[in-house]
Order: sequence, then C-alpha cells, then structure tokens
Amino acid sequence: MANRIKSVSDLEVYRKKLLAARDPKRKTVAICTSGCTAYGSMKLNTAFREELRRRGLEQKIDIKLTGCHGYCERGPLVVIHPAGIFYQRVKVEDVPQIIERTLLKDELVESLLFKDADGKPCPHEDDVPFYKHQMRVLLANNSRLDPTSLDDYIALGGYQSLAKALSKHTPEALVKLIKDSGLRGRGGGGFPAGVKWESCRKAPSADGVRYIICNADEGDPGAFMDRAVMEGNPHLVLEGMIIGAFAIGHPGDPRGYIYIRNEYPLAVERVGIALQQAREYGLLGKDILGTGFSFDIKVNKGGGAFVCGESTALMASIEGDVGEPRAKHIHTVEQGLYDKPTNLNNVETWANVPLILERGLEWFTGIGTGDVKDNPWGGSKGTKIFALVGKVNNTGLVEVPMGASLRDIIFKIGGGIIGGKKFKAVQTGGPSGGCLPDSLLDMTVDFDKLSEAGSMMGSGGMIVMDESTCMVDVARYFLHFLAEESCGKCVTCREGLVQLCVIVDRICAGQGKAGDLELLEELGNTVADASLCALGQTAPNPLRSTIRYFREEYERHIRDKRCPAKVCKALITFSINDKCTGCTICAKKCPQSCISGEKKKLHTIDQSKCIKCGVCNDVCNFDAVSVE
Amino acid sequence: MDDAKLKSIIEKHDRDPANLLAILMDIQKEERWLPKETLKALAAEMNLPLARVYALATFFAAFSLKPRGKHLCTVCMGTACHVRGAPRLVDHIQREFDVLAGNTTADMKLTLETVNCVGACALGPLVIVDGEYHGNMNAGKMDRVLKPIKQE
Amino acid sequence: MSHEDTPKGAKITFQVDGRACEGFHHESLLGALRRLGFEVPSLCFHEAVSTYGACRLCLVEVQKGRKSRITTSCNFPVTAGLQVRLDTPAVQQNRKIVFQLLLAKAPASPEVRALAAEYGVHSTPYKVSEEAKDNKCILCGLCARVCTEVVGANAIAFSGRGSHKDMVAPYDEAAEACIGCGACVEVCPTHCIGLRETPEIRTIEKWHRDLPLQKCEKCGRPFAPTFQLMTLGKRVGMKLSDFKVCNDCR
Repeated sequence: MANRIKSVSDLEVYRKKLLAARDPKRKTVAICTSGCTAYGSMKLNTAFREELRRRGLEQKIDIKLTGCHGYCERGPLVVIHPAGIFYQRVKVEDVPQIIERTLLKDELVESLLFKDADGKPCPHEDDVPFYKHQMRVLLANNSRLDPTSLDDYIALGGYQSLAKALSKHTPEALVKLIKDSGLRGRGGGGFPAGVKWESCRKAPSADGVRYIICNADEGDPGAFMDRAVMEGNPHLVLEGMIIGAFAIGHPGDPRGYIYIRNEYPLAVERVGIALQQAREYGLLGKDILGTGFSFDIKVNKGGGAFVCGESTALMASIEGDVGEPRAKHIHTVEQGLYDKPTNLNNVETWANVPLILERGLEWFTGIGTGDVKDNPWGGSKGTKIFALVGKVNNTGLVEVPMGASLRDIIFKIGGGIIGGKKFKAVQTGGPSGGCLPDSLLDMTVDFDKLSEAGSMMGSGGMIVMDESTCMVDVARYFLHFLAEESCGKCVTCREGLVQLCVIVDRICAGQGKAGDLELLEELGNTVADASLCALGQTAPNPLRSTIRYFREEYERHIRDKRCPAKVCKALITFSINDKCTGCTICAKKCPQSCISGEKKKLHTIDQSKCIKCGVCNDVCNFDAVSVE
Repeated sequence: MDDAKLKSIIEKHDRDPANLLAILMDIQKEERWLPKETLKALAAEMNLPLARVYALATFFAAFSLKPRGKHLCTVCMGTACHVRGAPRLVDHIQREFDVLAGNTTADMKLTLETVNCVGACALGPLVIVDGEYHGNMNAGKMDRVLKPIKQE
Repeated sequence: MSHEDTPKGAKITFQVDGRACEGFHHESLLGALRRLGFEVPSLCFHEAVSTYGACRLCLVEVQKGRKSRITTSCNFPVTAGLQVRLDTPAVQQNRKIVFQLLLAKAPASPEVRALAAEYGVHSTPYKVSEEAKDNKCILCGLCARVCTEVVGANAIAFSGRGSHKDMVAPYDEAAEACIGCGACVEVCPTHCIGLRETPEIRTIEKWHRDLPLQKCEKCGRPFAPTFQLMTLGKRVGMKLSDFKVCNDCR
C-alpha cells in the first residue's frame, strides 16, 4: 500500500514531510460538525465553500469539518486558524463578512465575538471565561484537526506515543507506567486502569488470545464526552487502544473491539474511517510500524440498551446475545469475552494513554488529587471531561483537572444558572449517580469525594438543576429510566425498580402515604445490596441521594400534597392573574379550549377541564399565568 | 424483504451468529422495521433458533417490530432534555397528532418515538425529525417543524 | 498457591457459620451448601443447567479477607478459605423483601406463597398490578435453560427487557421448535407451563404447542410426540420408522 509507514523512524520522516508541505500561515476555517449540526452547521460548510468558490479562493483557504469545540451553548462555532479567532452563533449570512474581513483582511467581526460580563469582546478561545478556567488536554485538538484526516493527527504529533511504546518500552514497563500514573477508569467506578491491565496481562490464556475492548456505549443520559472524543479525535482513542494491546497482549494474540452505541451514528462513521486509515498506514493490522506486533479492531454497534454499558452485558452483546450481565465473581480480566482474558476501558480512559506516554508520568500525576505513589487508589489524577448541561448558562463540554470544585465548574465555567435563578442541585454520574445540594458546592470533584457524598463520577454527566426542578420528579425520572433499561434478569432490579416507581409515582400524584419514605428506603437498600450487576446495585442512588438531601421536598409532596417546584401536575393548578392583557393567545393555544374571556379582558381557566399541560404559561408574553 | 437481499445482508456479516445484532440493524435499515416473515426467514437461513432472534429483536430499543410511519419523530428523553421540558414536548406531539409515544398515527403518516439520550445534551430539549436534529425545542417551534408533515 | 492456580474441582475446605466444610474449587456455593445439608431457599437453581442468579433468594453473606458482603450463593464460586454465613440479619432482611417482591409478581403461585410462608413472609406491601393478578411465572428462566442446554430444542427464550421482560414462545405464537418433551414443565418451580394430553395430542399450554402423539405398534398406546421422535432421531441418525414401539414393548 502506498501510504504504509514501514518503521518507527519512517513515522517521524513522514510527519516532517507533512509539516514541510503545510504552510503554517495558511488560513483555515474550522467548523464544528458534531453537536453544532443541530444548529445547522452543515449549512455553514456549504455557504463557506460556495462563497470561497465564487471568489476563487478555494485553493487558498481550507475548510475543516471538526469535532465538538465544547461551547455548545454558543453554537454553531467557527474558529479561524492560525490566528485562533473564535466566532460563535455564526449564521449563514455571516459567511461573506468572515471571508471578506477576517480571512482576507485579518480584521475581527466584532458582532460574532463572545462578550464577557463587562461587555468586552473575546477574540480567542482563551479569552472566553468558559474556556479560560478549563484545562483542555484531551479536547485540545478538537478544533484543530479534521477527524477524518490521519495526516492532521500525525502532523500534530499523533502516533508518536505508539512509536515510543513499541520501540522504547517493554509491555511490562508500559503496564507499570499506567499503574504508576494513577489513571482510573473514566467509565464509572474509577477502577485503576493499570491494575486492570496487569491482571489481564497475567491471566492465563492457552492460545494467547486476549481481548482489548473500548466501551463506547456512553449510555448515561446527559453525557456526551465520549461522543465528542470519538467524533472529534478518533485516532487518539485508537492509539491508546493499540498501546494497551501491546502492553497487555504482546507477545500473544490481542484482538480489539469498540462497542459504540447505536445513537451515535457520526461516531460510528468517524471511527470506521479512522480504523480504515490506520490500517492503510500500517498503524493497525499486521506488523504495526514494522515491529512485528499485530493487532486489529472491529467496531460493534449497540442496539439501544443502557445495560450494555455494563462490561459483562457488553461482552454478551458482542457475542451476539442479549445484553444480560452475569455475576463477576470471576473477573472479566480472567474470563471475559468468549471466556478469554479481557481488558475493557472506556473511550476517555483510552484517550489518556497516548498523552501519558507523550508528556510523562510526572506531568500526569502533577494534575489532580491525592497521592498515587504506591497506591493506584490513592487519588484521582489527570483531567476529566464533564458534560455540563441543564439549567446552566454555558452548556457544553468542559475539561478540568480532577479536584476542581463544583462551584468553579458550574459558576466560573458554566456562568451560573439560567435566568439568574437559584441553584438547587447538580446531578452527577447518570442513573447510577446522585443529586448534590448547594451545601456541597465547594466540594472538590474526584472519584472518592463524589462517592462519599452518595453520588459518583460516572462517565461525567453534570446536570444542573434550579429551583424549578422538582427533586422527587428527578428521582422518578431516573427510576422509570432504569426500570425500562434494566435487563430484567434478577428479581430485585426488575421487580424492585417497578415497585419503587409505583411508590414514587403515587407520591407525585398526590397519593403518597405516611410510611412511603421508609418503604422507599427499605426497598432501595435491598435493590442496592441484592441485585446482580452494577446497574441494579447503583440504581437506587438518585432516589437515595434525593431523599438524603431533599427529604423535606418529599415530605411536602406526601404530607401537604404540594410540589414546591411546581412540576408535579397533580399537585399544581394554573390560573390567570391580573397581568393578563386579554391578548387571547392562551385561549387559542389551549388544547382543551378551557380558557375563556373577552378580548382585552382578564381570562379565566376552567379548572375542571384543565389538563395542566402548561401551554398557556409557555405562550403568555405577560407573565400572567400563575402556577400554584 | 426478498431472499436475495436477505442473503446478501447475511453474507456481508460472514453468516456469523455473533453479528446477529448488526444483521438485524441492516434489515431494519432497509425495511424501517423488523417484519415477522423476514425474521423467520433469517432464522431459517442462518439455522438459528427463532427464539434467539426474537429475544434479541425485543431486547434492544433500536428495533421496531411494528411498521413505522412515513415520517419518524424521535424526542430525546435524556436528563438534560427532561429538566428542560422534554416530557411536555412529548405530551404536546401526542395531542397534536393523536398518537401515543411508541406508536404510529392511524394514517401511517408519523411514528412518535422517544430515545434515552442522543448525546446532544447542551441543545435540549432535542427532537430528531426524519434524521434532522432540532435543538432547544418548545411547543411552538415543534409545531413549525411538524407543520409540513401535518399538512401532507 | 493462589486460588487462580487451583484446578477446578480440586478438594478444598471452607467455612459455613464457623464450621469447616469440604467443597470443590469453583463449584456453585449453593450446590455445595445443599450437598452439605444446609437449607437455603431458591427457585431458579437446578443442577442440570447453568446457574442464572435470577430469583435472588439464595442470599448468604460471604467473607474473603476483610471484606464481607451479601451475594446469591448459586452463582458464587467456592474457594479455599471462604467464610460463609447463612442467616445473618442482613440476609434475612433482604430475603424478606425478595419474597415480598415475588408475592407481588406471582401472587397466583401457591409454591411462592408456601416458600415465603416458610420464611415467615405472608403478605406484601407492594402493589399487585392488574396483569399480575393471575400470574404464576417468576421469570426464573429455568424452562428456557433446560430447553436450550439439556434438550437442545431452543424453542423458547426471554423476550423484551426490564419491566417488559417475559417468557414466551416467539411472537407468543405456537413454538414451532418445541418437541413437546415436557422438560420445561418438569423443572418449572411454579408449575405455570401446563401440559395436557388426549390420546392423539399433547399440548404444552404456555407455548401454544399442539403435538400429535405416536402410537406404539404393539400395544397401541401413545408414547411420545411424533415431532419429538423425528427431531431426536435426526440427531442420532435414526428415522421415524425406527421408533415404532414404545419402551415397554421393546
């Protein structure tokens, strides 16, 4: 094959050749085509291309379709390189201006710049508060590279860590390096990756087959870190896996899988392209970089099942069975996929591996909390990407050092709560995690602190809730999610969750009884203690943490039949107050036609027909609908 | 699905039972759902128990064992979308099209489905209509997006 | 020697409520406990098939090193030095709730009620849904495991997941792969499958399967479903004509 890189030294030669052929001053327009597609960023791509062609500039200026830049709230995002001009909320109409002024004349289009709290325009990402307080390591190259171009990745130093691993390290030394780094699994429980690697390497395999799996079944609702890494920088994940395969499976016969959830079609596509390119370049497949080491990776798509994020369920699914977990009394590092030693890490964990090799142990252990010398459980090292979403001003992906405080993440980076409302809780860890109240805002975020507080790191979802979020409703949401997503194998998880739903449903419906809270706690304990897999064992966490920190809100529902956040339909009434101008829009939009009143006069709601859909409140421009 | 098409899908996946999930995905891509006769033919062709095929097809939420309508509207029910009002959006579409989530309108025009997070959480509530993503939705915007379908 | 190096099935000792007991490395703890004469309740365990861990009744507390935890014993592997405690307060509490959940899931099953009563659980605080009122099936999956692992017919499997999980023939229609052997009927702990027979037809009720019976050429009595003889005969290279007489007349 023409592009095949035949040796470790050839990789460096190839990189230098790439750099020499590239003009560092060449202008490039980087458009986010990850989440920003929902804002129509593909239309921006067309507009830029057409306008450049019209002006005869298509040979002079590049367009890069990149992965997620992080600041989703302000999308579509466009960055002009090499100056790094950061434009936000870019519309198709803005394209001619950007070309005319920024690309041709090096001027700023001020209207597209982010303005900070004092109204000062911020021309570069680093000037924007959202980015300023982050430490972007894993996401650093997301706006710099085209995820479908292996050359881009190599030009930025990609696969140098693999070259280093293959030429300068023994597998054992690599395992030790990862163990000493204190890298802990980013998928949920925070198990030290190096310890897992070591066990898998040591586990006997008669034919030498060991499986290396990347868990990309990012099922936590409210989390999309792994999606962004796969869509924005897929080779970073592949490089980590190949290094891992060498460390764990060489000499022997390591084989790789990436299990990507079906809901991420773009990630599937980009990882597929990346694999194909890596094979063409000789970075994957037989005799990688001429070192004699062989390893290949197959992509498996999930089918829409949260439980398949659990390692044994994921492996069952790869084998072509339904995703039912099995008890892990014999660990998967000993008997996993097809009963072979299997090492599974998630996307973000694998993505950290090349960086640790590139920048070294001291760099990595210098970031984060605790001390991992001699004890990989002793702290949380490196950065963590969080999906900061919900009722926060700056939604998006944030990468911070382990140990950043919730307050810094939500207020400094996130810019506080939408509409200046009061912060109520932050949910971390997805359906296995919990809701933390404002009294814990100064808590530093790492694996152990979150667990102590009754939540967990999970994969990194961080859903901010304000005073208009009902915590009983949040618990109810997660319980229903889990009752549906449970595989249904064991009684405590399947029946236990159904019964927890029944009780919480009746509390939200105003039919809560004295003793319900105690019943919830008792049943929650058994679901946690007696369920077969981690899904069931952690399923009561959202419920238990909301009871722990928001007991009063439950009691208000049960005792007073009120929903203080005004969410639970059965416990609220809509009425029209004297701010009503009689504009009639609510009456027109009411699906029940139960609002009456003359034009320009106060309207009223017929409570007997009202279904509490809230449409009147949504459409009213005068704040004239009261909810009690 | 005709035999030749089914066989080509099976061949593409090396006739390997481990690839059953991927095979079902490809069948659904063609047919937009999983017809009973096709699954029976698949089981027979691959010499697999129908029980196993049926178990897999009913376990994963991505599969539909009922025909879908001409248009597909999927509302994301992830946590971020939930706290930003996704349940009310579903209520709204259910009322507007007289269809319950997970079902298709009587005239087979629209199938309304929910999904547990598509990872576009910063844009919630999010709705996907015939493959196109629409972020920051509310009832009014929803009506505008669905208007062409309603008027068809 | 670390336990990873111990061969499976090697004789080892472990402790049950402080008593030293003999077991085999990596055998099922529940199997070992039953062999040793301890009483541990269970509904989804059967020596003839793989363990599944669905009913959550065979809970025990196990301790290895310093860590103690609750686990089901059926799928827990016995290892040397394992300390097992049977009726601890935590086991009793969790078992009580599992019984209560089963009573709400399968209120029509006398077997579940009787076993629960043995352990002092007579009612459930949990809701019995409308569709559960006449239900006896606890979704333990023994029927499907026997059908797959022992009979090899693969006629049935779980469908759906979570609260929609069910044990049905595909599409809840007649299970065409069912050979009517009745093994599932035999192992079902709540007797919810149902087998009926007329001189001509055997019916497996839950799988909607009607199978004509083969009559013995000598005594004239029906002795097995024709489809069963054909299917099993094919596996061992025999034809239907080889099964003309029943075992008694052979």
